[in-house]
Amino acid sequence: MNIIEIPKQFPFQRKLSRSQHAATIVLSLSSAILLWHFATQLWKFPPFILPSPALVWQRFLQALLDGSLLRHSAYTLFEVLCGLTLGVVTATLLGYLLAKSHWFERLLSPYIVASQSIPIVAIAPLLVIWFGPGIFSKILICALIVFFPVLVNTIVGLRSVPEELSDLMRSLKADRWQTIRFLEAPAALPVFLGGLRIGATLSVIGAVVGEFVGADRGLGFLVNVARGKYDTPLVFVAVFTLIAMALLLYTSVFLIEKRLLTWQKRQEETLSIL
Amino acid sequence: MTQLSSELLTTPSIEAMETKETLVAIDVRNLSVTFPNGNGGLRAIQDISFHIQEQEFVCVLGPSGSGKSTLLRVLAGLLTPTSGEVYFYGEPLKEPRREIGFVFQKANLMPWRTVLQNILLPLELQKVPSSEARRRAMELVELVGLHGFEDSLPRDLSGGMAQRVAIARALVHDPQVLLLDEPFGGLDALTRERMGDELLRIWQARRKTVIMVTHSIPEAIYLSDRVLVFTPRPGKLRLDLPVYLPRPRSDEIRYSPAFGELAKCLRAEIG
Repeated sequence: MNIIEIPKQFPFQRKLSRSQHAATIVLSLSSAILLWHFATQLWKFPPFILPSPALVWQRFLQALLDGSLLRHSAYTLFEVLCGLTLGVVTATLLGYLLAKSHWFERLLSPYIVASQSIPIVAIAPLLVIWFGPGIFSKILICALIVFFPVLVNTIVGLRSVPEELSDLMRSLKADRWQTIRFLEAPAALPVFLGGLRIGATLSVIGAVVGEFVGADRGLGFLVNVARGKYDTPLVFVAVFTLIAMALLLYTSVFLIEKRLLTWQKRQEETLSIL
Repeated sequence: MTQLSSELLTTPSIEAMETKETLVAIDVRNLSVTFPNGNGGLRAIQDISFHIQEQEFVCVLGPSGSGKSTLLRVLAGLLTPTSGEVYFYGEPLKEPRREIGFVFQKANLMPWRTVLQNILLPLELQKVPSSEARRRAMELVELVGLHGFEDSLPRDLSGGMAQRVAIARALVHDPQVLLLDEPFGGLDALTRERMGDELLRIWQARRKTVIMVTHSIPEAIYLSDRVLVFTPRPGKLRLDLPVYLPRPRSDEIRYSPAFGELAKCLRAEIG
């Protein structure tokens, strides 16, 4: 009798071809919409509780045509991109300092970790009080939420640089800037981009939280207003737009990863929606 | 030192000294390295002195933990000794120098760079113009026999090929001295012998001073002009044995009585 059993491949584990992949996505989306449609038909919810997909689609076209959807989306996207940039830049710079200096790490890490135990929703009102209801407070909230995952991954990435390669750079008399450019940046990139991927999706949450607290524009504001008017279809439209935005950001980072990390064989391991 | 080794040491060396005027490339004086630990420090190397002539091929032999790698790191300027000095062509060695190339135990390639890009690295760091750098790197690709693999990534190379890339990278900026830290340790016996031949060929073509750490006795005899034998921790210099086997050396020499005699002597010294 064989003691070692060779496991048969689980049927869902096998790789999909490109067309199969696309077909699966279409199938998954259309069945979700169908399910939703039948649910509204079956239980006959009033539209302000659960509108049918057709109603949401109608509302979407209306908001698209009167320009309000684009205006609010553009505003939120702008906040998200500014916040993301600010958060990523500060987290990367600080991450480098913390990874390089244990003294710095001792000094700052208690505060950084403690800051993560405060829910962003709780400090968002404070930031709006301090920095006003304008765009700056939203960017700041966005940056704060992006900051931590990018910081942690920057540090982990930099610490994962093999010591032998550092020795090599030293023996070749590379200066600090060369060491960053030729060794540390490329070596830390995979882990860093993993953090960026998480940060990119979180940044949308940050912008919406900021807009919920106090704003006169943006998709978060739109959700708030539509809810107040029992315009639930519009709430759905705004929520779907936010999802689309997060997916767009996630996919952009994914594509960057795919492009920059061709030397790695781990593309399949990441959660891909393409 | 045994009588046999001192005989081998004295007789022909005078001759050798007279026929060729040589410069001292590396001079090590009373070198000691102690690593800090809980109880008084770990002595890796204790009071070692020797010097190495220009264009000499020297192997450092000793059991594991005899401070061979530590010595090499000091010679590369990567580690500051606890006491003693190292002179590089008469100048005190305080930090890494571009005139010294280093080949690590593992091939130590950058996985995101292709073979050619890995070899180019030292030149890029020295800001050598790219066309010139490319020409020199291609020359080394040829020298180490990797033609056609320039654009391969390290993950697609075998252990022997990766180590060739590492040697090419250490040579590309034309250092005067090449330090090798058990470069063939991870390779199978056959590949190892072939790599040894390659190294000899490269050494003869480029006339470098080579210091190589190994724990293979036949490898040390086959390759070197001189074998330095270290004692177990703390590493002390036990024997400085010249190898007067004719060059260029080929596989035949491994079966000669002189080779056997040297191997026996080294084996006895290592204990």
